[in-house]
This record gives sequence, C-alpha cells and structure tokens, in this order.
Amino acid sequence: MRPKLRFLSDDLAARIVSEARDLLAKVGVAVLNDEARSLLSDHGAKVDLAAGRVTFPPGVIDQALKSVPRSFKLYDVLGVETNDFSEDKVHFTPGSSTINFLDSGTWAIRKPSSEDYVRYAKLMSRLGWIASQSTAFIPTDVHERVSDSYRLYLSLLYCEKPVVTGTFTARAFQVMRDLQLAVRGSDAALRAKPLTVFSACPTSPLKWSGVTSQTLLDCARAGVPVEYIAMPLTGFMAPVTLVGTLVQHTAETLSGVAISQFASPGAPALYGGSPAAFDVRYETTPMGAAETQMTDCAITEIGHSLGFPTQAYIGMSDSKELDAQAGLETAMGATLAVLSGINNVSGPGILDFENCQSLEKLVLDNEVCGLALRLARGIEPKDDFPSTPLFEELNREGHLLIAKHTRKHLKGELHYPGPVIDRANHGRWKEEGGLPLLARAKREVDAHLKAYAPSRLPAAAKADLTRIMESEARRHGMDRLPRRPG
Amino acid sequence: MIYDDIARRLQEGDEDQVPRLVSQALAHGLAPEEVLEKGLIAGMNAVGVKFREREVFLPDVLLAAKAMHAGISVLKPKLAQEGLPARGKVVIGTVQGDLHDIGKNLVAIMLKGAGFEVVDLGKDVPPERFAEAAEKEGAAFVGLSALLTTTMPVMAKVVEALRSRGLGGKVKVMVGGAPVTQDYAREIGADLYAFDAASAVERAQALARG
Repeated sequence: MRPKLRFLSDDLAARIVSEARDLLAKVGVAVLNDEARSLLSDHGAKVDLAAGRVTFPPGVIDQALKSVPRSFKLYDVLGVETNDFSEDKVHFTPGSSTINFLDSGTWAIRKPSSEDYVRYAKLMSRLGWIASQSTAFIPTDVHERVSDSYRLYLSLLYCEKPVVTGTFTARAFQVMRDLQLAVRGSDAALRAKPLTVFSACPTSPLKWSGVTSQTLLDCARAGVPVEYIAMPLTGFMAPVTLVGTLVQHTAETLSGVAISQFASPGAPALYGGSPAAFDVRYETTPMGAAETQMTDCAITEIGHSLGFPTQAYIGMSDSKELDAQAGLETAMGATLAVLSGINNVSGPGILDFENCQSLEKLVLDNEVCGLALRLARGIEPKDDFPSTPLFEELNREGHLLIAKHTRKHLKGELHYPGPVIDRANHGRWKEEGGLPLLARAKREVDAHLKAYAPSRLPAAAKADLTRIMESEARRHGMDRLPRRPG
Repeated sequence: MIYDDIARRLQEGDEDQVPRLVSQALAHGLAPEEVLEKGLIAGMNAVGVKFREREVFLPDVLLAAKAMHAGISVLKPKLAQEGLPARGKVVIGTVQGDLHDIGKNLVAIMLKGAGFEVVDLGKDVPPERFAEAAEKEGAAFVGLSALLTTTMPVMAKVVEALRSRGLGGKVKVMVGGAPVTQDYAREIGADLYAFDAASAVERAQALARG
C-alpha cells in the first residue's frame, strides 16, 4: 500500500473548485496579452477590454479541462525516459531561478557566475535522487536579456537530465526551443520526447502578464510542457485563510489551463504552485512554514482531483546557511510532498526563501530526497509469511546477518543514506576526521565534481547549442560567451 | 594466480570455493603461511577497506569472514605441523554491572566468522572472572564491552586482574562500547580500541600478526 496523506476532504476540494469557478465567472482574471484574450474570447470567455479582465461563463473551464492530459513523461538529452508524471509518482528537481548562490569557500551568499552554473550542472549529473535539473540560478556575467536561454544552454551542454526552466522575456522561448531542437533533431522528436518543462507564473492576485501568457501560448503550440506556478501570498495578496488562498490559486491556475488548452488541446501541463504563508512580522514568504507546505499539498489534491499531474515548490528552506533549520524545513517539505504524491517537487538546493542555491545543500537534499522517496514505497510483505521458519533460523544461528532472507531483501527493504547524512558511531566518526555536516557536504561536492563524466550528447549537437547561443548573445552586444571551465 | 583467486572468492563470501582453492594451493606445494597471507588475509583486508569505504556492508564482511574461517580450517593442520600459530582464542564479555550485550554479541559473531575461537562469558561479568577464564583458556585476547559510563571503569579493573595473574602484556585487552574512546583505552592500559565490530576484528587480526 502506498502511504497517502490528505489535507482536504473530497467535499472541501470540490467546494474550493466550485468557488474558484464562480470567482472566474463573476470577477475573472486580468490577461495582459491580446492574443490570449482573443483566444479565450473565441472559446466563450467574456473580455472586458476597458477593465482588462476576462470572465469565464460556466462551461468554458469545463471545455478546457476536457482535453487536459492525465500524464506525460520527460526524457533526457539522449532520449531516455527519466520522469513519469502520472498517478502518485514523485520526482524531485532543484528549486529554480535564484538570484544568489552560497559560496563554497567563504559560505557567503553572493551573485552567481557562469562558472558556478557549470559546477552546478556537473553536480546535477551525479545526484541520483534528483530526477531532472532545473535552471537553478541566474548567472550575472551574461547580458540579462540572455540569462534565461544561457542557463538552459549550459544545462543541456553539461548534464543529460531534462530541465525545468522558464523565460524572462517573450523572445527567449524561440531561442530556448531552438536549443531543444538542436538536441532532439526535429520538432516531431521534441514533441514525442519532451526535454523541458517551462514554468509559467501568474501574478497574484488573478493576473496573467503579457510574458507569462505568451509562454503558455508558445509552449502549448510547440508541445512543450508547462507547469502553472500561481503564487498567492496568504493574508497579503490572498485571503488569510488557507481555503481562501486555495480558491484564489485554483482560479489563477484554471484560467491558465484555459489559455493552454484552447491554444492547443491536449497540451501537457503540471498543475502546480508556489504559495506562501506571508509572514507579517518580517514581510517574507516562508517556504518552510507549515501553512505553506499544507497549501502545496492541498494544491496537488485539487490538481489530481481535476485529472492533472502536479507540481509544487516544497522541500526547501528559509535559512541563510546549511544549518538545522535548513535540514528540518527541507525534510519536512520533502516528506509531505512524497506522501501527498506531488509529481514534480521543486525544492532541493534552496535556501533563503527561493533566493539562494547551494551545491552543498543539493548533495544533502539529494539524500533527503532518497529518504523521502523510501516512504512512498511503504511497508509491504517480502517473503515474510509464514514467519516461523525465519525465527527458527534466528534461534538456531543466533543472528540473521547472513541469512538468505537478509541477503535477498537487505538493500531493497532498507535505504542507506550517506555520506552527508552521518550514521557512523562516535568513534568511527571521530577516527574518520570528525567532520561536521557542512564539511562532509563540501567533500561530497568535490568528490562528485572530480568524478564528473561529460554528457554523452553528440559533439555535433553540442556545437549546434553553442552556435545558437553565441548568435543570441551577439544580438545583445556580447562578442563572446563567458569562458567555461573544462 | 591462485592467491588472487582465493582473495577474490573470499571477498565474495564463497565458503565452498575458498577451502577448495586453499587445498589446491597446498597440493601445488605452496607454503601455508603464504596461502594465509597472500590469499586469505589479503582478501579479508580488501573487504575491510571496502567496508570502511561503505562499498560493502556488515553481512558481506561476515560472509567473507566465514569463507576465511573455512579456508583456515584447511590450513590449520599444516600451520600446526610447521609450528606456526593459527587464530588465537578470545575471551569476551560485557563488564560487571552492565547488561547491554548487543555490541558484544556482534563482535563475538564477527570474531568467530574470522576464525577466532571465542569464549563468550556473557554479560555482567566480574573482573576476576575474565582473568580466570583468560588463564584457563590460554586466551590471546580478552574483549571487554560496556555501554554505560558507570560500568566503563570496570574495564580498568579487568586489566588490573590480568596483571595480578601475571598475564599483563601476554593477553591482549581489547575494549569497545559507546562511551569508550581511544584515549580511555590508552589510559587504562588496554591494547586495542575498536569503534565497531568490523574494526575490532580487523585490529585484532593486525595485532595477532604483530
């Protein structure tokens, strides 16, 4: 039995969706994109140009929901399946698009560089419990107009895993699609084996900007999956209650679903979000808050009830360093995410409210993800019945350390984290250097980077990636791309 | 090379093939001490390294130790003929006042697996009982376990009891348990400290070899 956690009753989930439909019919959302407004209008939505709002009469959302795919998959740069977004299957991906980076030498939070990004992509190729990469942070040594496509370029060059990404400008999508075509070879191949998921974030309350609406349109038409990331802030840009926040989140997300599905029925998408229980003491958006994490889980319950695969920003920390707070907030979120069956969990590596990525935290979180994923496998009998013979063996031998039953099931039944999570006894720990967690994490990062094997993407595809990126950089006045470490 | 085969099969915990290969080596006229050193002990050392590096786990070490035991059984008569020592005898127990014996039991299992003869005195064992048994059994080692800081000082009394019987230096004292440290072992005059069962076996083997 797969263990399952629920925060919403069926009735409450249905009522939240019903209230959101009512909100969409009466108040509607702002859509700041002519093409998206026109498309919605063509499918029965009412556009009030003067107020800049679109309302959705009953039936319009139903029509959009009819064509939503219940699942889809991602494939790495070699075309091998890595992520199956269906049922309660859970995959982790690093939290994305931070503006800061935790320096591995000084432990200061600073602006990231291309060199940091290459180290990140190399590290991601080695972390087994994190299924995909994300464009995790924004290097500051390239022109800001190419910083979105440049991250994707480096990710595709150095790591084989698929990429959760996004655009900062409307133009960027075309470049980022070209980069994907360089990897896959053709539009049909890219549609058949998606390589990326694009995040599309409505602006709370109840608004789709021009750029994010365009992302929905572009992705749907190109067959590129999106994840809807509404970010209601409880008690600030959303009602203070979690139910009220969920009503708003549902309305924001369903309006995005309508844009995608009307642009291209059957467009693959994750029903996601990054809500936060706004902290009125510090004016911050805590991702480690219990209410934030419950809301994330409830979003998945609603998404699954509507037939979507899901996503959430959860399993991350608000701490500024790799400390006990970072561990507890991350592990609590990862645990809840797995037990809730969130299909794509965006979280590993993140510190400081989605503002800072850390390689050392990624290696720790990789182990946290492994532990959390073990929970999903639950408790199942494995050659346990009848039980008596095993206990007779125990009595006879005095132990079961080398029993056939032990040898058969040891590694499947018991998950062994490490070496960042330490389980040595004190004597062994001390003899092996007595390293604290941060030092163990740094040692692990160094070991992974030393063992890095280059991506097996063919050289011709790598050359194409570089040609496309150099061309785009030149458009923005960059003579050359930053020098990349070997 | 047959030594490599023995070492490899031992690492795989193959208790059928290891004694067969040892017999084969002896039949080819190879020296028993070389078969022991270059085959069995080399294999066990490799397992120890892999265990430290977390490449293999305790059951793998124990299976290798069992295979080693099977190999030594074949070697033992030859080693005795040539006047060479086999594995020593270990008197082991949890010290007086302490009823925790999981760690002690694990060490005993591992030592047996590695070919040591183990005399297990159980738990809550008075110092004099250790000394008496060590003398009677002709033990090479006395293994002492304690889980409590309150019972740990009994270890010093065992060392003293061995000395008063004239066994100091002759019988090696190995200590371990959660509160025990290398410094404490040194302080009470113990010969060997081990932080877990696998390291206890490894260090006892090293000490036995001199």
